[in-house]
Amino acid sequence: MESSGKNPRVGLFVTCLVDLFRPAVGFASVRLLEDAGCDVSVPMAQTCCGQPAYNSGDRADTRAIAEEVIKSFEDFDYIVAPSGSCAGMLKKHYPSLFLDDPVWHKRSVAFSAKVHELTSFLTDVLSVSSVSAKFNGSVTYHDSCSGLRELGIQGQPRKLLSTVEGLEMTEMKDPDVCCGFGGTFCVKYSDISNAIVEKKAANVENTAADLLLAGDLGCLMNIAGKLRRQKAKTEVRHVAEVLAGMTNSPPIGGRGKS
Amino acid sequence: MSGREAILGKVRNALAANGSASDRQQVVTERLETAPKGIVPARGKLKPAQRVALFRSMAEQVSCTVRQVKKRDTIPRAVMEYLRSKNLPAALRMGDDRRLTRLPWADFHTLDIKTGPSDGDDLSGISYASGGIAETGTVMLQSGSDNPTTINFLPEHHIVVVDAKDIAGDLETLYAKLRRKFGRGGMPRVVNLITGPSRSGDVEQKIVLGAHGPRAVHIIIVDA
Amino acid sequence: MTQHTITSPAFKENARAALNNTQLQRALGNVEQGFIAKRSLAADALPEFDALRDNARDIKNHSLEHLDLYLEAYEAKVIETGGHVHWAQTAEDARGIVLDICRKVDAKIVTKSKSMITEEIGLNDFLEKSGIAPIETDLGEYIIQLRGEAPSHIIAPAVHVNKDEVEEAFRKAHDYLPGNRELEEPEQLLDEARRVLRAKYFEADIGITGANFLVAETGTSIVVTNEGNADLTQTLPRIHVVIASIEKIVPTLEDSAQILRVLARSATGQESSVYTTFSTGPRRPDDPDGPDQYHVILLDNGRSAMLGTEFQEMLRCIRCGACMNHCPVYHAVGGHAYGWVYPGPMGAVLTPSLIGVDKSGHLPNASTFCGRCESVCPMRIPLPKMMRHWREREFERGLNPATARYGLKFWAYFAKRPRLYHFAAAFGLPLLAFFGGRKRRLRKLPFAGGWTRHRDLPAPQTKSFLQQWQKHEARRRGGRT
Repeated sequence: MESSGKNPRVGLFVTCLVDLFRPAVGFASVRLLEDAGCDVSVPMAQTCCGQPAYNSGDRADTRAIAEEVIKSFEDFDYIVAPSGSCAGMLKKHYPSLFLDDPVWHKRSVAFSAKVHELTSFLTDVLSVSSVSAKFNGSVTYHDSCSGLRELGIQGQPRKLLSTVEGLEMTEMKDPDVCCGFGGTFCVKYSDISNAIVEKKAANVENTAADLLLAGDLGCLMNIAGKLRRQKAKTEVRHVAEVLAGMTNSPPIGGRGKS
Repeated sequence: MSGREAILGKVRNALAANGSASDRQQVVTERLETAPKGIVPARGKLKPAQRVALFRSMAEQVSCTVRQVKKRDTIPRAVMEYLRSKNLPAALRMGDDRRLTRLPWADFHTLDIKTGPSDGDDLSGISYASGGIAETGTVMLQSGSDNPTTINFLPEHHIVVVDAKDIAGDLETLYAKLRRKFGRGGMPRVVNLITGPSRSGDVEQKIVLGAHGPRAVHIIIVDA
Repeated sequence: MTQHTITSPAFKENARAALNNTQLQRALGNVEQGFIAKRSLAADALPEFDALRDNARDIKNHSLEHLDLYLEAYEAKVIETGGHVHWAQTAEDARGIVLDICRKVDAKIVTKSKSMITEEIGLNDFLEKSGIAPIETDLGEYIIQLRGEAPSHIIAPAVHVNKDEVEEAFRKAHDYLPGNRELEEPEQLLDEARRVLRAKYFEADIGITGANFLVAETGTSIVVTNEGNADLTQTLPRIHVVIASIEKIVPTLEDSAQILRVLARSATGQESSVYTTFSTGPRRPDDPDGPDQYHVILLDNGRSAMLGTEFQEMLRCIRCGACMNHCPVYHAVGGHAYGWVYPGPMGAVLTPSLIGVDKSGHLPNASTFCGRCESVCPMRIPLPKMMRHWREREFERGLNPATARYGLKFWAYFAKRPRLYHFAAAFGLPLLAFFGGRKRRLRKLPFAGGWTRHRDLPAPQTKSFLQQWQKHEARRRGGRT
């Protein structure tokens, strides 16, 4: 796609998990943004939003990472991430890292104002009301916590999914309850995390949906890991893959038991 | 150093950066004097007739039984009917509130009236509420010899009379009434807001009525 | 009795035991099902609910910012109405004051209504050791007192107990009652507790209650219950002792009305609790009932040290329990696992303030930061943010485990250096992908046992997105020219 100069210039913050574990989500995000008329760039100078350090109490490293992210992205019209958690970090938490530094604080506030999660950017900012994708099957949607509670993402992905041809939505019990991932929590407190994801996996399985979707790869890997370990039928993908009509690659964690 | 000085000293030190002492004191004095009202929910601001209706339905929602009578004189009859309907003995504990003691109880000569605070042996007691709150179906009772506090808690059945004109929309209106009666900063020894019969959900979250206080609260609203 | 023992350092072990305790897991199901639905209905039924939450937050902020002055105003009013005010810097001071009051009247039996503050100061153990019998009157508290346990929830102390366990405790404690009585149902259990405890109210020399609010304007203590036990506790004995922490102060009656509107709804989903009782001083000349003496013990025990810090907002807490009712971690392990008096998210913030983060570091760490607690907190306390602040304090003091610190530093070294990071990724990914094999998942991975013990690890593709994107872009650009 040629840049017309008028198209919004979007910097895609891929997120470390998508970059390392699920490139398909990155490509799906690019397609959705380009289809919506964006001029998408992916700065190479990106690694992670800094949450592992931030949530471990390491403010100094978090701040150093945040500075790198801001420097790489602040010139775009918008910064978009296919993750409520990482977008929430960039949008809601970065400014709090610079409270003692007026210059950087101002920069971080200006940066944060331009940050959006993918599905909310498409619907709330670009007013996209439908996608041209097909998926023959039933899906259920898990609301990832940060996206839901920090950014108010709940209706947006569902609205877009409702326009996917052939897709049938089956809501699970407690879709808005945590899956037990919690970043390093799932490793540090693996027994508790397991108890939480067991409930989530059961709620997913009870819908008998073909596919579980969510907007955050951390949650998806956690739930997929549990579903596969339990030899469940439901497969797992990031919502962007379905919205972009890119469901040819194997699902997260591989195929479900048929 | 006394505990008092130590605690207040620590609090003052921690808050030291928050403005001059005289400014802070002024803010506090003003607030205590003006007692600004916050948000009163719309349902706490209904007109009198709707207010009584709301009071009634809210009280019923919290498992009170409610009866409305036209005149005070008919209270003894209403009480007798309640006692009979519950198979209770014709005995009643009350304080010396003249709105109660002057009623024609003598018309029911079988009724055994005991006055004064409850000793724990009463099955039924009656109190005259100083007000009601429509917003929540609550009655307000004040301590004193006219309506001893023990009557609110010890009898198995608590009958509460409230005048329709005393049913306010919200708690704030009753606070204002207390201030008029007891002066700014004054309070009766005890004010009880009672919203339904005593209950507990402590065993497996199943709500059971009649924990330590009354098992039943019967409200009689008097129109005039 | 092990009420005062701190087992927070063993949180992980406690949690594991809790997860394997089938009785407990059955009981915890009640929290998840009951409280959440009730709160949600009550909140939805009041259009002004969220605006009231804002007001409640502002009132407490204002009170805390002027706490010294409101405490003084409150004290003056209590004294004016004939009451006594005692100031306790520590738990020990508070226990000593209670004992003094007991000794003066040679008290043998003390009734108590539910009070987290008395749990915090370990009052029951202390009174027992001093030869005074404390009797809990709240049904839940009574149950756990009989079982020799601490509360596992701040408003439903026996929420971890199933009814057959209550029956067992009652049969053992009330062995003077006929052995063949029916005692299976909550109604029968409550009825028995009512009869047993009714006698105790009359026997007690002193009644101890907590307070939900202290009103500076009038010198009033407000206590909220559903059972009416606080009222009998404070009305029948000769002496009423209120124990409350200093942050319970609100300026005026109007302020209490604002917070009362969010308290019951957030706690039990009621529009109002059954009993809201305002107590001001001892029995007056025209009073035919009520206590002869009215004492208030104002407890600091670490609160003043929270003022002016990043934890000040925690002092807004009104102990409704909504945070733990909505917490997935609490649902999984229950309250005892937290290892001290205050469980759940509010405990994860408050406990380190009161007993030290060195003893309770697990608590602010054992959270997924799902944010559900903050979203339901009537006082809008940013609980996750404050848990993070505790993690920062731990990190600054080097309290977290060395392996975690080095791991984090190692990762951060790369995360701050994108080129190096991508270079490393280019090596690591194919390896993981290889082990993932055709199934695209790993069942075991060195150093990732925490993950793979319970779930598979979805394997990555061989190349990172950024690697692929670079090629893809080069092709696109190549195609254009």
